[in-house]
Amino acid sequence: MPQTLLKTPLHDRHVALGAKMVPFAGWEMPVQYEGVIQEHRAVRTDAGVFDVSHMGQIDVEGPRAHELLQGLLSNDLDRVEPWHAQYTLLPNERGGIVDDLIAYRLSPFHYLLVVNASNRQTDFAWIKEREISGSEVRDVSDEYALLAVQGPNAIAKLGLASAPKNSFAEETVDGVHCMVNRTGYTGEDGCEILCMEEDAGTLWDAVLARGVTPCGLGARDTLRLEACFPLHGNDISPDTDPISAGLGWTCALAKEFTGVETLRRIKEEGPERKLVAFVMEDKAIPRQGMPIEGGGEVTSGTHSPMLDIGIGMGYVPAAQAAVDTALTIDVRGKPRSARIVKKPIYNREG
Amino acid sequence: MAAAESYPDDLKYHREHDWARVDGDEAVLGITWFAQDALGELVHYEAPAPGSTVSKDSSYGEVESVKAVSDIIAPLSGEVLEVNQAVVDAPETVNDDPYGAGWLIRVRLSDPAEVDSLLDAESYKQVLADQ
Repeated sequence: MPQTLLKTPLHDRHVALGAKMVPFAGWEMPVQYEGVIQEHRAVRTDAGVFDVSHMGQIDVEGPRAHELLQGLLSNDLDRVEPWHAQYTLLPNERGGIVDDLIAYRLSPFHYLLVVNASNRQTDFAWIKEREISGSEVRDVSDEYALLAVQGPNAIAKLGLASAPKNSFAEETVDGVHCMVNRTGYTGEDGCEILCMEEDAGTLWDAVLARGVTPCGLGARDTLRLEACFPLHGNDISPDTDPISAGLGWTCALAKEFTGVETLRRIKEEGPERKLVAFVMEDKAIPRQGMPIEGGGEVTSGTHSPMLDIGIGMGYVPAAQAAVDTALTIDVRGKPRSARIVKKPIYNREG
Repeated sequence: MAAAESYPDDLKYHREHDWARVDGDEAVLGITWFAQDALGELVHYEAPAPGSTVSKDSSYGEVESVKAVSDIIAPLSGEVLEVNQAVVDAPETVNDDPYGAGWLIRVRLSDPAEVDSLLDAESYKQVLADQ
């Protein structure tokens, strides 16, 4: 039976703009409007807007909300000031990664978690099952729309004042009341704007009227890979641990949380393999699943629109994970040379 | 700048979205407007070596966009006389001009009679309409 794809409140606008719509995590989403490379460059040089309303929002509230989340999330919420957000992980008992997410601290008693679309049900079930008296966990995804406005001119074009990274505030953008978060997934300055589902169209139109380029999921993926942000399901998963993935900085190993004993042991013994970033030396584009000679595997790969070469991330044995190490990638049966580079692969500041 | 959709009458077509411009016992091969549009902006062309042979209905190379890779199917059999280096260096040339500057290879046909099995523009458009 064909599955009915979900549609964001902006679906008709994407179609009217001529977007190519594709299925993604159960949603029908724009992969591109004019072209991936053009949209990618708009974000690197000016400003672009992405409809990421497919992402999930989980509300956790109550006098023991903080206690519940401290036991479930890897990062330390005690280090988050109110009205600030924190990148964190939801680990399983084996130290694997159920999901990566952003936790917004609205008050000591109230958090909003923004999670990957593909993991929304899993995450909600995971946290709901572990709910304690004094905490209430609700999936509020359907109430909100989320727009990511990213690029060096994003904040100025929106008429917003500059604000610290990871802070958020209530704002009014062209008459729409919203929550503006100084976060993103592109490696550029910018924000992610959460608004009520029914206001999404008005906000989207206002952002476009301010000269911001509509961008699809294609550019979102090339941008995040140049910036070396892991994608759950590719680079990290319930079967990979954060230490190997280079996400040890998100794990407060001094506190108690799900899977912490395993993570302490991996940290202590050192991971067997590491997630590295690489660029192709030969003309070829690495893709997810391609073997890396010596016992590794590509987890994400694409063509870098800024560098005009193939780039990727993948796991390699820890002994071969140093920057500048030569890699050989099996590109559909042909050996192709690559070289490990420092993360991020692309950095506008140089 | 992406080209507008077209299927020139002077070309022969293969249903796997390839075209051939036949001139005596030689032909120039490429991919159709439909193929480049489905892939999006091309960023890599894995070309065959000059002197190698290509076989009708088999893959002779690959074109890749940011998101996808696709085999290039030979509409005719023959020996590769020339690879379009301009496309190797700038694959987006195919998006800009799929039937002109964006040609992929020039071949010497090993069996010119194979041309009779290819589609004319009208028949190829019907293949697209039926998809």
